Amino acid sequence: MSQSPADSPSQANAVAESSDATLAVQTKGLSLTFETADEPVHALSDINLDIAQGEFVSFIGPSGCGKTTLMRVIADLEKPTAGSVLVNGVTPEQARMSRAYGYVFQAAALYPWRNIASNIGLPLEIMGLSAAERRERVAHNMELVELSGFERKFPWQLSGGMQQRASIARALAVEPDLLLMDEPFGALDEIVRDHLNQQILQLWNKTKKTIVFVTHSIPESVYLSTKIVVMSPRPGRIHSIIDCDLPRERDLSIRESPEFLDIARRVREGLRGGHADEA
Amino acid sequence: MRPKTDGWLSRVGPVVSVLLALLLFWYVAAMLLNSPFERDQNARNDVENPSGMVWLGAVLNQKRPVLPAPHQVMQELYKTTVQKKITSKRSLIHHSIITLKTTLLGFALGTGLGILLAVAILHNRALERALMPWIIASQTVPILAIAPMIIVVLNAIGVQGLLPKAFISTYLAFFPIVVGMVKGLRAADPLLFDLMRTYNASDWQLFWKLRLPASIPYLTTSMKIAVAIALVGAIVAELPTGAVAGLGARLLAGSYYGQTVQIWSALVMASVLAACLVALLGLIDSWVRKRMGLVT
Amino acid sequence: MSRLQQILLAAIATSSLFAFVFPYAISADGTESTRLFSSVKMLLLVSGFLLVAGGVWRLPSLSTAQRCLLTTVASFVGAIVLLGELGGDSTWLFGGGFFAVMVAAWLLGWLAVEFLTECEPKAGYVQLLWSLAIPLFFGVWLLLLWEISVRALQVPAVLLPAPSDIGARIASSLDVLWVDFNQTFIKSVLSGYVMGCGSGFIVAVLIDRSPFLQRGLLPLANLASALPIVGVAPIMVMWFGFDWQSKAAVVVIMTFFPMLVNTVEGLSASSSMQRDLMHSYGASYWQSLFKLRLPAAMPLMFNALKINSTLALIGAIVAEFFGTPIVGMGFRISTEVGRMNLDMVWAEIAVAAIAGSLFYWAVSLVERWVAHWHPSIRRS
Repeated sequence: MSQSPADSPSQANAVAESSDATLAVQTKGLSLTFETADEPVHALSDINLDIAQGEFVSFIGPSGCGKTTLMRVIADLEKPTAGSVLVNGVTPEQARMSRAYGYVFQAAALYPWRNIASNIGLPLEIMGLSAAERRERVAHNMELVELSGFERKFPWQLSGGMQQRASIARALAVEPDLLLMDEPFGALDEIVRDHLNQQILQLWNKTKKTIVFVTHSIPESVYLSTKIVVMSPRPGRIHSIIDCDLPRERDLSIRESPEFLDIARRVREGLRGGHADEA
Repeated sequence: MRPKTDGWLSRVGPVVSVLLALLLFWYVAAMLLNSPFERDQNARNDVENPSGMVWLGAVLNQKRPVLPAPHQVMQELYKTTVQKKITSKRSLIHHSIITLKTTLLGFALGTGLGILLAVAILHNRALERALMPWIIASQTVPILAIAPMIIVVLNAIGVQGLLPKAFISTYLAFFPIVVGMVKGLRAADPLLFDLMRTYNASDWQLFWKLRLPASIPYLTTSMKIAVAIALVGAIVAELPTGAVAGLGARLLAGSYYGQTVQIWSALVMASVLAACLVALLGLIDSWVRKRMGLVT
Repeated sequence: MSRLQQILLAAIATSSLFAFVFPYAISADGTESTRLFSSVKMLLLVSGFLLVAGGVWRLPSLSTAQRCLLTTVASFVGAIVLLGELGGDSTWLFGGGFFAVMVAAWLLGWLAVEFLTECEPKAGYVQLLWSLAIPLFFGVWLLLLWEISVRALQVPAVLLPAPSDIGARIASSLDVLWVDFNQTFIKSVLSGYVMGCGSGFIVAVLIDRSPFLQRGLLPLANLASALPIVGVAPIMVMWFGFDWQSKAAVVVIMTFFPMLVNTVEGLSASSSMQRDLMHSYGASYWQSLFKLRLPAAMPLMFNALKINSTLALIGAIVAEFFGTPIVGMGFRISTEVGRMNLDMVWAEIAVAAIAGSLFYWAVSLVERWVAHWHPSIRRS
């Protein structure tokens, strides 16, 4: 295990590992300030971040650090007030219009009047795919998340974990290169969460997509990622970026290994450091 | 970045603009609808049709217009409210008070009856299963349609005056109250019910300390609906008994004698009454909600 | 046995005993009176009541279903016997004893409903049947009480006719009832309903893209739903004439505002997460409208459609009070009231009530099919 030199406490630029491919996400001086009734809220302040293709990057930090906001900016669900952000080399809006990414929310956000199959096929309908093609993609992605057989069920008939899997299948159905996941497993119990973590890793290995993942859980971030972005609040900014060079094929037992615990310790210190920065 | 649309101007502005647009539309419609009659009249009297402002003035000031202009309605309102003594039979205020009395009595009775029924339904399952479908079905019985008959029958057995008319209002008002209260008395968070069980609270205590307070917002919302519909009931109830007093009576009299301006002024008065009652209950509703910490 | 049921049993026993105490029938001049003992039939009946009440109370081995059956049978047998008694000599008036028996029979019926509710099955088609049977039982007993009291007290028909008279009237006036129904319901109500709800929906979608118009129109529309719209009936008659068009116009105005308000509210019912999802797919305004916001708006829209179904009927009938050609339910009601033919009035009311209930029920069925996914529909 080689040591990675990239955990300075100040905002550092992460060096792109493969500089020939377009970066999946690239932000320069990104800032977002909300005007509220009381006083402006600096949700994001001078974010500089590069994410290469094929990485699995986690955003971790306390509430209010801007991790969800940052992901929403990448997804063109919020507009920055300063700085620039490029997704796959184009603006977020262009990326959104060309369906370059799939978004998974904290809740499954399935439409209750559609069955699972037609929920997963929803973005494909909007894209204008033919019924046959939709059916094929839906079946393929349901198999990927191990939900085959539940096509005609309605969301309320499924458990929380299964609903989230359906939501992931829906994001995958668009066949994007970039997957944005906002605390997708936060509402689930630990056993289901472990299982889904494994599934996500297997998916990532199989499909080689770029995944940006927001989480509250230190073990989850270390287990899943190749790179961990520790953020701190008020104003929302990057505190440190920690490279996680555990092997790409991992199983749950790696969570007891000394390398894992060392990285987790560094993440924890980063989080504490972020808190201590507050006056 | 949130645009500053929360000021009072942004709330009042659109309403005022829509109102002004409606007013303009009303004038145009009045002009269009009253013109044929004016033309006929002039043709009959062999008079030239005047043009421009004179024409406009004539069309918008007819005695029995198809559509009275707003200022005509305002004039009639002014004439029958400010310029008449309250005790006079020609005063619109006098009639409004009569209708208001019926409305308030019906509303009060309906609310009381509704609450009692809701409490009974809550505590007795058989009553709920047997009675609820009929309560819902009762609203499909067009009570307004049989108001004449009810008034006549009640008068025949000696119940006269305010009470038969209030009965119609009560019948209409109790339904939203029952529905709202049944929902409200069950609306508290299940966790709070569990808490009461750990305190070994009796049914009575549970009712007074949890169910009733939790149902108050539902009650005030239903009361807004109930008062409006009680007013409609009061107006219709006034139609059959020879139509001598009240806003409904004025409406009917106006329609018999073709006095369109009278009809419109009675309608406007009834609408103002309805608006005031609903607004008053709306204020009570928001005050109650604030006091109970329900405003987010 | 709940406290209420115990009270009911005690009341049944008391009532049955009163039946022995009070005179059963009194002659018209008030000189003679008979007691319960003089009629073997009545004696058997009241003894039967007491037996059933005692059995329900004291026999613990009876299951709820058996108690239910006993009380049901007892109450209906009582009703039939009482009805049979009514056909007799009209010079004799019924006294307190008769009414005590009637009260006892009715209380037995109430008790039967209590037991029926207790042994209600939890699921399946039988449960559906049960949920219809209980209110039906209650309704039938209401009719029985009405019939017996009105006939026994010899209430004049101009005041309150007995249900049997009304039934006879319905049977003999089907043609008139049909013509009125056609005029009021099919022509005025249905067309007004469709036009009113349709235009309310269309306007809601039109102003959906303009928050300015929404902020302006919604408070006014809320206000308008509270106003006594039936009052515009005379104006509509002046504009559209006497026939059904003016009544349909009143219905249009009455149904427009609730539909508008509820549809606008429904269009904002989708959660922000669902709307963000649509945004992330690069969906156009119309795609988002048809695939997300309209389906999500269905529950609230159907709220309005159900309310409007009853409003439409009331509006059309009341509008007819203000002027109509010689057909129509409102017309028939107001003229027959003037002629004191109250049985015809009640016949029209029965038709109106049945039509209104069926209309509401039909809309609920469509709601169940369209908005089957909504928690409030799923739970029921």
